[in-house]
Amino acid sequence: MKEGETPRIGVYVCHCGLNIAGVLSVKSLAEYAGRLPNVVVSRDYKYMCSDPGQELIRQDIREHGLNRVVVAACSPFLHEETFRRVCASAGVNPYFYQMVNIREHAAWVHSHEKEKATRKAEDLIRAGVARAAKLEPVVRQRVPIHPAVLVVGGGIAGIQAALTLADAGKKVYLVEREPTIGGHMAQFDKTFPTLDCAACILTPKMTAVGNHPNITLWTYSDVVKVDGSVGHFTVTVRRRPRYVHEDLCIGCLLCIESCIYPDARVASEFDLGLGKRKPVYIPFPQAVPMKVVFDPETCIAVKTGKCTRPCVDVCGVEGAIDFEQKEEFPQIEVGTIILATGFKTFDPHRLPFYGYGRYPAVYTSLEVERLLNASGPTGGEVVLRNGKKPEAVGIVHCIGSRDENTNRYCSRVCCMYAMKIAHLIRERTGAEVYNFYIDIRAPGKGFEEFYDRVQEEGVHFIRGKVGDVTPETPDGKGRVVVSADDTLLGRARKIPLDMLVLAVGLEAQADANEVRRLFNITCSEEGFFVERHPKLAPVNTFTDGVFLAGCCQSPKDIPDSVAQAGAAAAEALALIDRGEMELSPNFAYVSAEECSGCKTCVPLCPYSAITLEPEHGKAVINQALCKGCGVCVAACPSGSIGQHLFEDAQIFDEIEALIQGVAANGEGAR
Amino acid sequence: MAEKPKVAFYWCASCGGCEESVVDLAEDILTVVSLVDIAFWPVAIDMKRKDVEAMADRSLTVSFINGSVRTSEQREMVELLRRKSAFVIAYGACSQYGGIPSLANLHSKEEIFDWVYHASPTVVNPAGTVPLERFDDGHGHTLKLPTFYETVRALDQVIDVDFYLPGCPPTPKLLKEAVLALLSGKLPPKGTVLAPDVALCDECPRRATKPEKLAIARFYRPHEIVPDPEKCFLAQGLPCMGIGTRKGCEALCIHGNMPCTGCFGPTSRTRDHGAKILSALASEVDATDEKKIEEILAGIPDPVGTFYRYGIASSMLRRKIVEGNGGVSA
Repeated sequence: MKEGETPRIGVYVCHCGLNIAGVLSVKSLAEYAGRLPNVVVSRDYKYMCSDPGQELIRQDIREHGLNRVVVAACSPFLHEETFRRVCASAGVNPYFYQMVNIREHAAWVHSHEKEKATRKAEDLIRAGVARAAKLEPVVRQRVPIHPAVLVVGGGIAGIQAALTLADAGKKVYLVEREPTIGGHMAQFDKTFPTLDCAACILTPKMTAVGNHPNITLWTYSDVVKVDGSVGHFTVTVRRRPRYVHEDLCIGCLLCIESCIYPDARVASEFDLGLGKRKPVYIPFPQAVPMKVVFDPETCIAVKTGKCTRPCVDVCGVEGAIDFEQKEEFPQIEVGTIILATGFKTFDPHRLPFYGYGRYPAVYTSLEVERLLNASGPTGGEVVLRNGKKPEAVGIVHCIGSRDENTNRYCSRVCCMYAMKIAHLIRERTGAEVYNFYIDIRAPGKGFEEFYDRVQEEGVHFIRGKVGDVTPETPDGKGRVVVSADDTLLGRARKIPLDMLVLAVGLEAQADANEVRRLFNITCSEEGFFVERHPKLAPVNTFTDGVFLAGCCQSPKDIPDSVAQAGAAAAEALALIDRGEMELSPNFAYVSAEECSGCKTCVPLCPYSAITLEPEHGKAVINQALCKGCGVCVAACPSGSIGQHLFEDAQIFDEIEALIQGVAANGEGAR
Repeated sequence: MAEKPKVAFYWCASCGGCEESVVDLAEDILTVVSLVDIAFWPVAIDMKRKDVEAMADRSLTVSFINGSVRTSEQREMVELLRRKSAFVIAYGACSQYGGIPSLANLHSKEEIFDWVYHASPTVVNPAGTVPLERFDDGHGHTLKLPTFYETVRALDQVIDVDFYLPGCPPTPKLLKEAVLALLSGKLPPKGTVLAPDVALCDECPRRATKPEKLAIARFYRPHEIVPDPEKCFLAQGLPCMGIGTRKGCEALCIHGNMPCTGCFGPTSRTRDHGAKILSALASEVDATDEKKIEEILAGIPDPVGTFYRYGIASSMLRRKIVEGNGGVSA
């Protein structure tokens, strides 16, 4: 088929059993189509999508020299690809195919007006035939896929994705902002509902990441720039100085011991301030990599240079500690990216009436996770800020979840972790534990059983929102009294508690919006990254080659995060193993001679696919990033952006053909 | 003396600026006159319609016709010139797209007559006199006036047009180039607009000052601010049609510190000039809630006059529907 050849169109009217033929007069439609311009052959057939139906088209292409095919049947979503393949198999460019939807648009919606429905189908077919005559051949572009993968975030999701890919023999770069991988899971003592020791199941995976020959692990680092598109991203990573050369430090930790400060006096980030660390530290004993960090804010050697530096003297490796270390910005090439940037917990300062930050008896659930943790600040003992063991503990559910004033969504994990905390506190202290809840959501595997078990253990469940939290003593330092309506008993309760745990919800990271810009994806209003399709593409994004895993997409528990990480790794592997990716055929393009460089299109592109070439300032569209949305095409004020399969000439001819018939029928005309 | 090619200039509904632009050739007019015979030019040479009627068909090499077609007389004249000419060039925005006169298509003939002969505050017409197409004075004299059509039309909506010279008016440079091209016989395909097919930003001296994201928070009208003489007009909130209007004028208005009003019309790739620029500028408005958007758009009190100043007749809108007259009219 050559360009400029006279169109020879075949039109096929599908009966779709009785779906179409039961309403429309398919015979008369085929006859009608036969009288339209450029139509060489027109037929009706019971099922065009069946093998004989497809063969009918191929035969006509051979015998009648058809170079355009129109099938009037169902929706393009259903069978456009089918008939494009038929065209291709008979040597016709697959994009010389036009689908006309007479099932949904005529037969189904007008089933009680058969005559009028048939007239409408005529209009639609006439418009489709007019469009078909203007179709142009399209050749789909392919881009090769670089086999390396970037994983951003070293929590359990990132770890799982990185290990899956690395075990499959792929090169992985794992970038983590904190000095160690492990994420939130490393802060927990036990996991619900099985009460597995979090460290026992996590640390082997962390070590595996640290030792894996296919994984380059960069902690204390963040991604600062992403260029390119699927198959060939160029990523710039900022590696903050930890003032220790990772390749030289052997993790003996003698420097920590010898630090000029004999006592740990800096609030530990990992312990949420409940424990202390020194200016040189590791976040927790199983940190990976097991390399110390000098905190530039508190280490006087870094900050002022005025220190006798006993750490350097004691260090057995010449040059391992280096106070002159600077930020580095290595660049890496990867073909695909997995984002596993996690979540932050809700800050209960935003709900001041719970007294968090004012009354020492009030804790967040994450703080309690640290108190319960064997390697935490209290060695796993539940000890209050005043040094006492609690005898009565309350846990308030839905802090920052299911609340119009904070977050409307359910954070999914809080009911279960609250019950886990209740179990652990009761187990370790024998305290009475009261759960204040709205609804218990226990829909996972083994969840309801765990709920039963915790109830049998004597944990109290009070169905009602907490109305007030007041201190028992005027100084606020002792117990707090919680008032709540028990909606099941139908009476108000006032319970004095030694400890009040706020089961905080999960929120998107504070910098989610910057991160989504960096990777050119979208955020929901709450800041969670948006998947391409909630059911059918849950780990894909609208940017090809960028995948999601874990809580950056929505709150979820560890099993779901791990499963999603596996899925994201599989998507990346699928691309890598295919070796190349076919780009969508309907991309937009700029004609360089025609573009005036007015820049209108550049900020409008939702996929950041348009840039200005530096020499003449003309717009250029990156085909691999273009999704064919058409925004730039509509906005280009000089009409210099075209779009394959949606050219102006095709659309105008389609509209004009449609209007002709409407005017002729005298319907809709003024 | 060898016969020189014959050229005609004619005006229809226009302001006369296009005629001026011929004179603006200055000394180049001597070059033109030395190469061609001006066979018909009512504004400058005393010749009558019967003189044209006497010419042989296609004996004129080219007729440059400016102005839009509003009356039956104009229609007859352009049909006559079409017969007598080998080439017809629609000269200037009115002829090419309907021009400013076609903004009258936003009103019915009755509304226009009512305003011009009765309602306008400057009219003193106690007898209520209105022009009639035919008037018998009762003494055997009949006076006739041309029919005033309901709709103003671009030239190619009335006769076949070979080429277009855009502008309000076209620049002398483009006219000279067109004449020389015709005489040399090196002609582009029929229907070509004899100006570059790229938007004005391309030759605008202020292009570098246009930011990628305009984020227009307020539109200004030219009298509301003193424009910065170096900075992109759109960046200053002044609607500038240059983003969607053909270049070739060498940014004349911009050099005069006025935004482009769009007289060179759209590029060949644009079906509707106003809609295209409107669509582009609408996406630059820095607001997402409807109320704020309305507020910002209120800064353009006359959208049709802004985006369709020169092109109502040839736009997809064409005219306002005349109620009770079948919707379409002569």
